[in-house]
Amino acid sequence: MLYLELFLEFFKIGLFSVGGGLATIPFLQELANKKDWISIEDISNMIAVSESTPGPLGINMASFTGYLQSGVAGAIVASLSLVLPALLITILIARMLDRFRNSKTVNRIFYGLRPASAALIAVAGWEVARITFFGTEISDFLWKNALLAIAIWILLKKTKWHPVIFIAASAAIGILFQF
Amino acid sequence: MKELFQLFWVFVKIGAVTFGGGYAMLPILQREIVEKRNWATEAELLDYYAIGQCTPGVIAVNVATFVGFKKQGILGGIFSTLGVISPSILMITLITACLENFAEYKVVQHALSGIRVCVCVLIFQSVSKMWKKAVVDKTALLLFLITLALAVFSPLPVALLVIAAGFAGWSIQKAKGEE
Repeated sequence: MLYLELFLEFFKIGLFSVGGGLATIPFLQELANKKDWISIEDISNMIAVSESTPGPLGINMASFTGYLQSGVAGAIVASLSLVLPALLITILIARMLDRFRNSKTVNRIFYGLRPASAALIAVAGWEVARITFFGTEISDFLWKNALLAIAIWILLKKTKWHPVIFIAASAAIGILFQF
Repeated sequence: MKELFQLFWVFVKIGAVTFGGGYAMLPILQREIVEKRNWATEAELLDYYAIGQCTPGVIAVNVATFVGFKKQGILGGIFSTLGVISPSILMITLITACLENFAEYKVVQHALSGIRVCVCVLIFQSVSKMWKKAVVDKTALLLFLITLALAVFSPLPVALLVIAAGFAGWSIQKAKGEE
C-alpha cells in the first residue's frame, strides 16, 4: 500500500509542479505537513543534498523521499511516478509541437501559470531561508550565514563560475567556520 | 535497439554531470546533443526549454523526452527519460544510505548548513530569473502577488492554486483580446 501511496503522491506532484524541479518544493512542504514521511528540516537537507549531487533537482527530491520511506524500491517508485505525467504530456506535445506553440488558448493559460509558478517558488525559498537564517528561534539571526549569502550573491553576479563551485566552497566554509 | 540504448546512455551521462537542476543542463545539452551529435538544433533545444518551463514536470526530463521522441518516437522518449533519471536515483540512494548514519556527525551537519546558505541564494537567483519572464505586466504582477498571499496565508492546496492561475490567465487574456 505504501508503494501505491508513494505513486499517487509523486504522480500528483509530477502533474502539478510546473516550471522545473524547484516547483516540486512547495508540494513537498505540503506533503511534510500532511504525512509524517518527511519533516520541513528533512526538506532543507534534501535540497542541500540534491543541489550538491548530479541530476535534476526534482528527481533527487523524489528519490530522497522515496528512499526514506521504503529503501531503494521506494526511491525508484517515487522517481518514476514523478516523471510519468511529464513523460506522457511531453510525448503528446512533441507529436503536435507546432500546433501547441501557436495555440492561443495555451498561451493564455501560460500567461497565468508563469507568475503563479514564480510566486510558489518564492514562498518555498522563503521557507528554506527562514530555517537557514533564523534557526529555530526567530530572534536568533545567524549573522555568519547572512554574510556568506551576501558573498555568494556578489560572486554569482560578478563571475561565471559553475554553481557546483559555490556549493563545494559553501560546504568547506560551513565545516571551517562551524555553521 | 542499438539506437535506443545509445539514447539511454547519452542521457545517463548528461544526468550524471548536471548539478543543480535543469538550467545547469543547458550548456551540456548544447555540447552533447547539438554540437557533437546533431540530434537537435540550438533553436529546437531552446523551444524544448520554453515548453518544459510551462508544462508539468522537471525541465531536464521534459527536454530529454523531447530529444528522445524526435530521434526514436515514443520508445526514444521513454529511454532518454529513464537515462536522465538513473544517475539521480543511484546517487541519492547511496548518499541517503550513508547520510542516515553520517548525518549525526558534526562535520556533515556543518557542511549541509553551509550548502543550505548557498542553495538559498541559488533559489533566489532562479526566482529573479523567472520573475523577468513571468511578470510581464501589471496583471501578471497581480497574479504573482495573489498567488504569493494565498500560498502563505490560506490552507488551499498548491495544485488548486496552479489550476486557478492557469484559468485566471486564460480568462484575463481572453477578455483583453475581445476588447
